[in-house]
Amino acid sequence: MSRRGIVAVLLALLPIVAIAHEEAGQAAGFVAGLVHPVSGADHVVAMVAVGLWGAVLGPPAIWVLPVAFPLVMALGGLMALLGMQVPAVEVGIALSAVVLGVMVLAEQRPPLAVAAAIVAFFAIFHGHAHGRELPAGTSALLYSLGFVIATGLLHAAGILLGVAHRWAAGRQLVRAAGAGVALAGLIFLWRAVVT
Amino acid sequence: MAGGCHVKPRRVAALLAAPALLLAGPAHAHLVETGFGAFYDGLAHVALTPSDLLLIVGLALFAGQCGARTARFALFALPLAWFVGGLLGAAFPTDASLAVLTTLSFGVAGALVALNARPPNGAVVAFVLVAGLLHGFVNGSTIVVGASSLALAGATTATFCLFAILTAQVTALSAGWTRIAVRVGGSWIAAAGLLMLGWLARG
Repeated sequence: MSRRGIVAVLLALLPIVAIAHEEAGQAAGFVAGLVHPVSGADHVVAMVAVGLWGAVLGPPAIWVLPVAFPLVMALGGLMALLGMQVPAVEVGIALSAVVLGVMVLAEQRPPLAVAAAIVAFFAIFHGHAHGRELPAGTSALLYSLGFVIATGLLHAAGILLGVAHRWAAGRQLVRAAGAGVALAGLIFLWRAVVT
Repeated sequence: MAGGCHVKPRRVAALLAAPALLLAGPAHAHLVETGFGAFYDGLAHVALTPSDLLLIVGLALFAGQCGARTARFALFALPLAWFVGGLLGAAFPTDASLAVLTTLSFGVAGALVALNARPPNGAVVAFVLVAGLLHGFVNGSTIVVGASSLALAGATTATFCLFAILTAQVTALSAGWTRIAVRVGGSWIAAAGLLMLGWLARG
């Protein structure tokens, strides 16, 4: 290699640290965050159940629960990232599906504060388990945003399904969906306890 | 030393150059190059910086929720603070990461939206000014290399336009599910901020 070539190569290597202002891995982070909640059936059924229960409860719970859940879920993720341990996370996630499914099936209507507390309690487990699973090389902020948005959209899907609760046939459908969620939760619980 | 160590000059140069690679300094931040000039580079910079976008969206939703009068003040306070902060950042650039503060700013804005908080006008404008100064300062610090004040003007213009469009929409919303959707959006911004704080703490 000529001297000029060597100099050119050395110059090309000069900036060892490029503090580029554009953050790297933005699109990948956002997509990974969007996909992550959908990739786990335990998370999906519980999130849909939150929306279903909100629809069964009616206003103001129909919007209080989806507002409260992401915030408390993020708190659970924050606890995980700070190294704070939560015992039996997988059991908690499975139980969330069981309890929320039974609430929908039995059309339970506790006071709003109690319903919000139940949902918030289980949100901690979901956030703790899923909020910290950032793929390497992706934007943490956009991953977090995608994760929260996907969770919110799952709530919205549950609420939309729950709209059917207004009609007699739809009411049975919603209760059947609740039964399905509870059943799935029992399977998750079995797996969490046995394995 | 005859017949001793005989090293070719080219090899000596290469040996001297190798450690220089390890001493190489960092390449400082640069703007996205749109090809349309510094103004549009600055404009694109805001659009491609998630923390800036989330702050503008959060503040626009918040100001819109507080009513037209508050939103009017905030509409001019935010770009002004952004520009002044940018000038300060360009004058006194820092390499210190202010990510915790910028994350806190949009997280708090999102939480205020989720809570449907209605503080006094002065408090809203003060919060908007502080957040605008902070994000503008970070913008000014990072775009100072190779960029002109025209880029800062582009970033400020993007801030003004996005804020104006969003806050006007929210102000015009009637009570109902659309207002609830705004609060849900705020909770998403706050939740993303909480998670981001965890990532920053983790390092």
